[in-house]
Amino acid sequence: MKKSQSIISKLPAAAALVLLVLVWLLVSEGGLVPEFLLPSPVQVVQALAHDAPILLKNAQVTLIEAFWGLGAGVISALLLSTLMHRTRPIYRAFYPLLVITQTIPTIAIAPLLVLWMGFGMAPKVTLVALTTFFPVTVSLLEGYASTDRAAADLLRSMGASRWQVFRHLEFPCALSYFFSGLRVSASYAVVGAVISEWLGGFEGLGVYMTRVKKAYAFDKMFAVILVIVAVSLGLMALVSCLRRLACPWEAYEKIERND
Amino acid sequence: MRGVEKEVLLAEGLSKSYGDRMIIQNISISLKEGELVSLLGVSGAGKTTLFNLLSGLEHPDQGRVRLNDQDITGAPGQISYMLQKDLLLPHKKVADNVALSLVLQGQGRREARDTAISYFESFGLAGTQDKYPAQLSGGMRQRAALLRAFLGSKGVVLLDEPFSALDALTKREIHRWYMGMMEQLNLATLFITHDIDEAILLSDRVCILAGQPGQIAAELEILPRRPRELAFTLSEEFVAYKRQILSLLEKGQTM
Repeated sequence: MKKSQSIISKLPAAAALVLLVLVWLLVSEGGLVPEFLLPSPVQVVQALAHDAPILLKNAQVTLIEAFWGLGAGVISALLLSTLMHRTRPIYRAFYPLLVITQTIPTIAIAPLLVLWMGFGMAPKVTLVALTTFFPVTVSLLEGYASTDRAAADLLRSMGASRWQVFRHLEFPCALSYFFSGLRVSASYAVVGAVISEWLGGFEGLGVYMTRVKKAYAFDKMFAVILVIVAVSLGLMALVSCLRRLACPWEAYEKIERND
Repeated sequence: MRGVEKEVLLAEGLSKSYGDRMIIQNISISLKEGELVSLLGVSGAGKTTLFNLLSGLEHPDQGRVRLNDQDITGAPGQISYMLQKDLLLPHKKVADNVALSLVLQGQGRREARDTAISYFESFGLAGTQDKYPAQLSGGMRQRAALLRAFLGSKGVVLLDEPFSALDALTKREIHRWYMGMMEQLNLATLFITHDIDEAILLSDRVCILAGQPGQIAAELEILPRRPRELAFTLSEEFVAYKRQILSLLEKGQTM
């Protein structure tokens, strides 16, 4: 019952996707747009199949960068937001700074990082960490702040220490928010890694991308975009899986937080 | 009926101000073993403050709170309360919610759960231990919160309008059940309510909290003693009590 309903609710999205591909097919195969400007889906799939081993190898590199970057971003987000939540002066000191850092374009920091750290993994991981850190921090802070004060008082009346209030109430209540933020961050992670690869590196989807761009191989360009989309979606699905494992009670709550 | 009754909770001369504003002044209240005392208050008379003082969340400017002859003024972890909102933590299973006060006091989780579960049957919660609060009905959640309050306290619970969100039928049922539980557990209850009928039906004594700062304006003993049948609410005595309380509350409003 529930399963079939969820399939039905996904039907419109699937239909829209199919329609889009059909239009694309019609426009390119019908000769409305020249081949060198827009390759047809058939060509893209062929390119994908042809370059599959190389794409896979590069995707692996990018995924590793994204993974470590995301991990570092999440851990620093957890530490900083908890510290900010527990200590008001730190919150007041760092919150404006945090917002300002988000207005700095990623593309501007990337070359600096390469300059400081070289062409290896380090600048890529750092860039991903920087971009993924913010959504998680902000959603955790929001989650902590959303704790029911009456529930905190009740726990205190039962003799709970400040740490116990955090452990039994504030942190678990913030978990749902944390995963909403993590989902956004996961979608940023792969893109962040690709951008950092554009500006220097030897391997990865970003490097592949710059190469095929220079060769005007737009079918391969589309192929690599598809790979990036797939990897990002996979990462987001993984986050959803983790969320279901970590927050099993959410399945029973009637009002779903939209994320 | 009840023999020589021991006072379990004794609050003497409680006063509390915030800044220049005195919220409650010289409030004394006592609860005997197994007794139910209602606190009927004009709004703004400081019921919440009184609750915070009794549960140890706040320290009174003056006065003492004693529980079983032990001074617990300003010390939380001794008397638990329950509000209209059940405040069950959504992320904990029912047994863990109920056992929380024991865990907070240092008991192991498994042991605390076992203690909690041993009461599930009599609280009408059998079989719900591994469910989440969202899976329970309103009445069940309320009972789970009551059990949590009971386990968190030593013979005394404070209830702040615990049943006001329930419909009339469920309310009547839970009243009857709660009276039975109090008897069985020898539990004393301080009961805050706005519902005059509820107060008269359930209480051994009714205290009227009124004025600014809030004081106990009057205290009535309700006779005949509990247990009372629902028909009591239609008796002449009941109406007389109600008339008296209404006039006291009205006077309190203008105090």
